[in-house]
Amino acid sequence: MSTESRPAEPGDARGPHAGSDALVGHRPAAWWSRARLMKLGRTALLSEYFVLYLSFLYMLVLGPFLPQLFATQNLADMVSNIWPLLVVAIGQNFVLITAGIDLSQTSNMALTSVIGAVLVVTACDPVLFSKCPLWGTLLTEHGGPLAGMALGVPIAVLTMLVIGSLIGWINGVAVARFKMPAFMVTLVSMMFFSAVAIYLPKSENIQNLPHAFVVLGKGSIGPVPIPLLVGVGVAIGAHLLLSRTLFGRRLYAVGTNPVASTISGIPTARIITQAYVLAGFCAALASVLYSARLEMGRPTLARTQFIDIVGANVIAGVSLSGGKGKITWTAFGVIFFVLLANTLNLLDLPFYTIDIVKGLVIFGAAFLDVMRTRAAAQSH
Amino acid sequence: MDVGVDQKKPSLEVADGAAFQFLGVGKSFFGVPVLKDVSLTLKPGSVLGLVGENGAGKSTLMNVMGGVLRPDAGRMLLRGAPYAPQGPGDARAAGIGFIHQELNLFTNLSVAENMFIESFPTLGRTPAIDRRRMAERTREHLSQIGLEISPGALVETLSPGERQLVEIAKVLAMQPRIFIFDEPTTSLTAKETGLLFEIIRKLRTRGTSIIYISHILGHVAELADEVAVLRNGEVVTTGPALEHPVPRMISCMVGRDLKSFFPPKVSRPEEEVLLRIDGLSQPGIVRDIDLTVHKGEIVGLFGLMGSGRTELARMIFGVDRYERGTVRLGDGLLPPGNPRVAIERGMAFVTENRREEGLLMSVSIADNIGLVALPEFARAITGHLRRRRLQAATEQKAQELRIKATSYQEQPVKSLSGGNQQKVVVAKWLLAAPRILLVDEPTRGIDVGAKYDVYTIIGELARQGSGVLYISSELEELLALADRILVVNRGELVGQFERSEFAEERVMRAAFRQGEEVPT
Repeated sequence: MSTESRPAEPGDARGPHAGSDALVGHRPAAWWSRARLMKLGRTALLSEYFVLYLSFLYMLVLGPFLPQLFATQNLADMVSNIWPLLVVAIGQNFVLITAGIDLSQTSNMALTSVIGAVLVVTACDPVLFSKCPLWGTLLTEHGGPLAGMALGVPIAVLTMLVIGSLIGWINGVAVARFKMPAFMVTLVSMMFFSAVAIYLPKSENIQNLPHAFVVLGKGSIGPVPIPLLVGVGVAIGAHLLLSRTLFGRRLYAVGTNPVASTISGIPTARIITQAYVLAGFCAALASVLYSARLEMGRPTLARTQFIDIVGANVIAGVSLSGGKGKITWTAFGVIFFVLLANTLNLLDLPFYTIDIVKGLVIFGAAFLDVMRTRAAAQSH
Repeated sequence: MDVGVDQKKPSLEVADGAAFQFLGVGKSFFGVPVLKDVSLTLKPGSVLGLVGENGAGKSTLMNVMGGVLRPDAGRMLLRGAPYAPQGPGDARAAGIGFIHQELNLFTNLSVAENMFIESFPTLGRTPAIDRRRMAERTREHLSQIGLEISPGALVETLSPGERQLVEIAKVLAMQPRIFIFDEPTTSLTAKETGLLFEIIRKLRTRGTSIIYISHILGHVAELADEVAVLRNGEVVTTGPALEHPVPRMISCMVGRDLKSFFPPKVSRPEEEVLLRIDGLSQPGIVRDIDLTVHKGEIVGLFGLMGSGRTELARMIFGVDRYERGTVRLGDGLLPPGNPRVAIERGMAFVTENRREEGLLMSVSIADNIGLVALPEFARAITGHLRRRRLQAATEQKAQELRIKATSYQEQPVKSLSGGNQQKVVVAKWLLAAPRILLVDEPTRGIDVGAKYDVYTIIGELARQGSGVLYISSELEELLALADRILVVNRGELVGQFERSEFAEERVMRAAFRQGEEVPT
């Protein structure tokens, strides 16, 4: 029985143009016809690459007003800003897939930054540091305990990664084993570790880091910057982990339905804990990149970055209610956020204006995301 | 007058004095017709039993009547006047009350708040809610249907059956003239079902017309004055219930003669004990449960809702904890509270609640089927999945169980019918090749054809040497499939029947015995 070629019945009060038919259009139309544009908009809106399109559009629209945007140095800056944010946002993605959230990533970054710097710093000014609790034991005028050692920098980096993962593990155990709400647990650990990061160096930046450390943020292997290698490496690794391994499949399952997952024999608590460990690890790795680039251990590192980390994920479609998230999405979100921050800086606006604009843009993007979800629901 | 299966075109006449009429109603989704020229007449003061397999169009027809969907063709008459609802509100205003299959209660609110959620009684003209009046009126409504619960009780503290009755009381309070029940008994105990039937009969004598939709054909036969059978969106037959005994309903529903509901019995128990449970106890839930399941044996576990049968299965599998007792699989003791170990040792558990405990609803069929056996497809250490092999295995299982879908890899489980969803749950466990299968109400809410398939799968599994513990509240199922039936009542095993001693009455009596004597 064909309903498409059905002649309009006299009793059919809705007429032939009712419903979704209007979108398709009956008459042959010019390419710019309303219907076609709407369809194109809809396709773009529903695409996985939506946020990427949005970024390009943003650049094109802003380009004429902001020629510096396309200056070589600025583009290079922007690209180099992508990698550390990408690394930490990927870590957050794992936790978001479990329907959790890790608010403590920023203070994880600050604390590991301080610890890494304390270990390898080559000289400290007693005027600044003599009051800090580490003075005389770990810190002296001649720097930290690993200063000048042959393998000092690798050991320091490894220590940072271990401590970052450990913080993640503590969060994970509290959430997965003790069934405490992720929001509460990571809010508290954010406060706690942020305070520790400030307490250790008495809120002083730790400068005079050795060249071998700084290279990690500024150097390159051949023509390829090291942060790029790290960022792309983490992204590829995370992508494979999510899409090709037992852990990845189970992570999505746990985020989608923890009860059904447990009954299906998935070690739910272990999987969730591992997601938080990965978030901590990624935060520490991002901290290495940031600290090296800034050439300092910074107790307030990444203080205001949380909105970028979660925002980049959510804007690109990672769901806060779990079960949904891809590394490519996170990457698109990060590109969008870096672009946004860069353009606002170029406009030379005061910081509060930047935050206001940023807030509005994020709100707009979140709104578009809702529209997108709704459009997707209708088209199915 | 002949109202046989072959009578394709029911008359399009407008009947005098009908409570409600569908006249040539049609509806298509995406060009696929789901209702074709449906004409039905509902008489005042009578019960129309509406039956059909899942996907036959029952729900669509009721949604058209309830104003949720608009028909593409045909018209409807309400007491002779044209009826074309623009939304559910219109249907309600027209006196049509709808008890949905899915409960629409707010579990975090009280019974009274749920009853009056649409218009709270207020103190005069203030916005303050008149709690006393609300409680009083709720109590009235509840007592009408013989439900003794406090109006202040939170819905989340009620049993599924009580929730269903609250929902009924809520619709009843609107005093509809036409009442639609969609699978109202799935979560009711036998006693509550009796209560519901009394209510329906009382409504009928008051002149209310009732449409009763159910997969439990025995209930339809018991209640209905008229029966209508839908198949593929068409009315295959309609007429007096007396002319439509259960076997006739079934053959009309499936479009062929099923020799019986059940496949021939193929399993035969052997000596070897696969599962042995000794003295399993958890205060307030089960007490001193001893049972064994042999190789190739299907053990039926029969009990009423709330008897502790589901809880028992959950304890055996390790989802819930128990205080005393042991579970042995083969020779080894199974540690309590660890489903993962149970699965590794060859146990499987098809839960009663497939939406919440069985499936990842938004995930594809293939990914759901692969979930339990996933570790078998992963390389050691890296955990890298052999995806091609996994895909082949899941698709093969899906085909074996005849899961109907357009794409196993792409289509999410939530888009499947209930019967096919249940097959996905079963497939998920079969892929792990279990030696002991616990199944809890595997045929709840699925159609006759899918039921037959599920019975066949379970029988075949037992024939191949697995042991099955089959929990059900449908006794016929167990009488047909099981080698042995155990009866559980208030957390205790109160009877055991070998296949040679199977008799419906005796098993029923065991299940009800204590329940009737001890007052609560």
